[in-house]
Amino acid sequence: MNGALLEVEDLRIDIGSGESRHNAVENISFSIDRGETFGLVGESGCGKSITALATIGLLRRPLAISGGSIRFKGQDLRSLSAREMRKLRGNRIAMIFQEPMTALNPLSPVGRQIAEMFVLHQGASWHEAERKAVEALASVQVPAPDQRVKNYPHQMSGGMRQRVMIAIALACNPDLLIADEPTTALDVTVQAEILKLMQELCDARGTAVLMISHDLGVIAKMCRRVGVMYAGHMAEERAVADLFRTPAHPYTRGLLGSLPRLGSRGAHGRKRLQEIEGVVPSIAAFPAGCRFEPRCERATAICASTQPGQTDLGNNGFVRCFHHG
Amino acid sequence: MLRFALRRLLQMIPTVIAVSLLIFVIFSIVPGSIASSMIADGRGTNDPKLVERIKQEFGLDQPVHVRFGNYAWSLAQFDLGTSFRTRQPVSSMIGERLWPTLKLAFAAMCVAIVIGLPLGFIAALKPGSLLDSLTMIGAISGLSLPQFWLGLLVMYLFALTLGWLPSFGYGDGGLRNLILPALTLGVAPLALLARTTRAAVLEVMNADFIRTARSKGMNSFRLVKWHVVRNALVLVITTLGLQFGSMMGQAVVVEKLFSWPGLGSLLIDSVGLRDIPVVQGSILVLVLCFLLVNTLVDVLYAVIDPRISHG
Amino acid sequence: MGLRFNLVIGGVLCTLIIGAAVLAPWLANYNPIMDADLMNAELPPDAQFWFGTDAQGRDVFTRILYGAQVSLTVGIGSQLINTTIGLIFGISAGYFGGWWDDLVNGLTNLMLSIPSLIFALAIMAILGPGLVSLLIALGLTNWSWTCRIARSSTLSLKSQGYVQAAKTLGYGDGRIMATQILPNLIGPVLVIATLGMGDAILAEAALSYLGLGIRPPQPSWGNMLTDARELIVIAPWAAIFPGIAIFLTVLGLNLLGDGLRDWLDPQMRTRRA
Repeated sequence: MNGALLEVEDLRIDIGSGESRHNAVENISFSIDRGETFGLVGESGCGKSITALATIGLLRRPLAISGGSIRFKGQDLRSLSAREMRKLRGNRIAMIFQEPMTALNPLSPVGRQIAEMFVLHQGASWHEAERKAVEALASVQVPAPDQRVKNYPHQMSGGMRQRVMIAIALACNPDLLIADEPTTALDVTVQAEILKLMQELCDARGTAVLMISHDLGVIAKMCRRVGVMYAGHMAEERAVADLFRTPAHPYTRGLLGSLPRLGSRGAHGRKRLQEIEGVVPSIAAFPAGCRFEPRCERATAICASTQPGQTDLGNNGFVRCFHHG
Repeated sequence: MLRFALRRLLQMIPTVIAVSLLIFVIFSIVPGSIASSMIADGRGTNDPKLVERIKQEFGLDQPVHVRFGNYAWSLAQFDLGTSFRTRQPVSSMIGERLWPTLKLAFAAMCVAIVIGLPLGFIAALKPGSLLDSLTMIGAISGLSLPQFWLGLLVMYLFALTLGWLPSFGYGDGGLRNLILPALTLGVAPLALLARTTRAAVLEVMNADFIRTARSKGMNSFRLVKWHVVRNALVLVITTLGLQFGSMMGQAVVVEKLFSWPGLGSLLIDSVGLRDIPVVQGSILVLVLCFLLVNTLVDVLYAVIDPRISHG
Repeated sequence: MGLRFNLVIGGVLCTLIIGAAVLAPWLANYNPIMDADLMNAELPPDAQFWFGTDAQGRDVFTRILYGAQVSLTVGIGSQLINTTIGLIFGISAGYFGGWWDDLVNGLTNLMLSIPSLIFALAIMAILGPGLVSLLIALGLTNWSWTCRIARSSTLSLKSQGYVQAAKTLGYGDGRIMATQILPNLIGPVLVIATLGMGDAILAEAALSYLGLGIRPPQPSWGNMLTDARELIVIAPWAAIFPGIAIFLTVLGLNLLGDGLRDWLDPQMRTRRA
């Protein structure tokens, strides 16, 4: 694991302070190699986005990292000054957000919003940066980029805006791209286009991707390895192929069960989506033992009282469950 | 952009017509005739012959619909009628007073913008800080002060006690006479502006695109300069226009206090003299100023926010 | 300086003022009008005259207590009228829609385009000074915001199917508006009315100061300040105390209104949490 680009170890994030302090994310460890695409999957509220924001150093009060380390190219990001972190952010680590409607400044032409990256990180003049913005827009396959740079976000479709977001994120050829539900808000057809575009661009530039999604289908398409998060814990971490073949954690099975496409592959085809009963517990009400215990059909006495440790599953995979398999 | 401005100007016309109609209606339902109340003013005598003569002179003996016809026809020619008292055309009386009022209003607005806007900005960038708390306490106090009383206090302090500035009047039209009335009139919009600016900046700081901007790796200064200012201004500008309206109202009181020779004093004096054409005319022009400023603000809004003029 | 600060300070100030107004006959040592005594004119505050005396030798403290009655009557009365008009227009416009909605909308915009103090001034000029005129002038000129809120809330309730559900139960239009829509409006309308009370008290003071509101010798905080410009050099207390009374009352109402709004607005609440 020495050559890993990003190594997250025992990451712990708390919300609030003093009396009203609660743990939001705990014991999160994973690593991403150069050029690799790693997936984080789980329902909303599982702590995926918080983990991603911590990685790029954008956690804001009341959220804060309270333990563990995040190493990027061997350097612990938590030890960097705000100024050093700013040099990295956007430049070496970039991020794409879920909401293409609101993630762009409505009062600024998109070209200018791309150009900012060149001014910030490459010391370019505005004139030069605007020219580079046209190239960047062309690289994300926006037609007539020299015209489109003058557009405001409200003049573009959701898919177009997300292309602009990708152009911004990849402007400085970062080593790591964090994509937080990049296609969730888009139409299905546009979704596929955007994913394909991301994959092509990142492959060509050797950019590693931390792909966050609640959709295992998206993860399966994009990633080689995946971590399944539940209520702030890493429930299972496997190679994608292993995960689909032999899901170990009951939660993973539930997630797979709710995937429509898998069912239609089998001859007997499921009649309806197999949903997991209940909802993710709120941060203030995490159970003492296994966090999935209240919703788990295999739960026994030990699950309610003790947090399960990691069980090695071979091929660099592990699961946290007393009754896995 | 020019077409947008023109469209907004044209949209003003129905409002102006409605306002002038409303003003006419209000002053036509006076209990008792205008003429007799004019003469009865203070003296209690009521000579029927005099009343008749005055009625005839100003066309008050005609039925309401005829009077409204005359009023509307004159208005269409920018003729506001003739003063009952001075026998001068109302428009020329107002013309003399318009500039001092506008000068006062814009000076007060400048006070509000120059102080209130930065104050709200700074308060919002450090929410919960001492400066923030002080600004907000100051702002709500400023909104709770009776303006003429505040004017009285500054007059007492700076003019009567310290003797730094003149206590009333227009003087030679220079800055010295303008300072105290403008400060007085500017306090309420200043307070409101500080509050709305703070709220607007806080709202913008929570927007998704600010998170995007942070993810680009820019420092706070660039974040504010490139992404916060314009977006916050869009939210602030609307209140600025509305605020100008209540300022036109307060101007009447402040002008009276400082004996400022503007439309407001003319209005109050004419109310006292029951000089209805002048009252009507002053109100109409004050409202017109407000509507024009609001239209101007709308155009400004469209200049800053491309979503308006494109939509 | 949070939610509680606003509500507590605002509540305390408002309670004090209401207490002063209600208990004025018992708290005051003098008659606010009759006890004029030129021998005692323009005396500074002392143990006998707490806030000093005015140009006619009347006790300023007594006149402020009685002035509170006027201010509160005007504040509460005008807001009752404004709120009633605003609710009736707003709810019916949102409920019935069509030409009535257009008409109400036009009227609301017209009202908003005339600065309310100038509007009130015009009405006072017609009706002449007095408490009743003040109530009419301030009650007829400030209902636009209530009307707008009532209308938009009614529209959103309508789109949520409340109204349709009540209709299937066989409720009449009037009953639906009164029992299904009105209760949802109480919160925001209370906030507007509280803040509006402060504005009305300021407007009363301004109009009375100009000689168009409450006529002397009846005391009002506004008309106590009418002679203040001439008086301020020799008897500043006669000018300062009525102003402080207005300020504290309006401040109390503004704090209370702000506090109520933050308390009722769930979005603000989560932002604070």
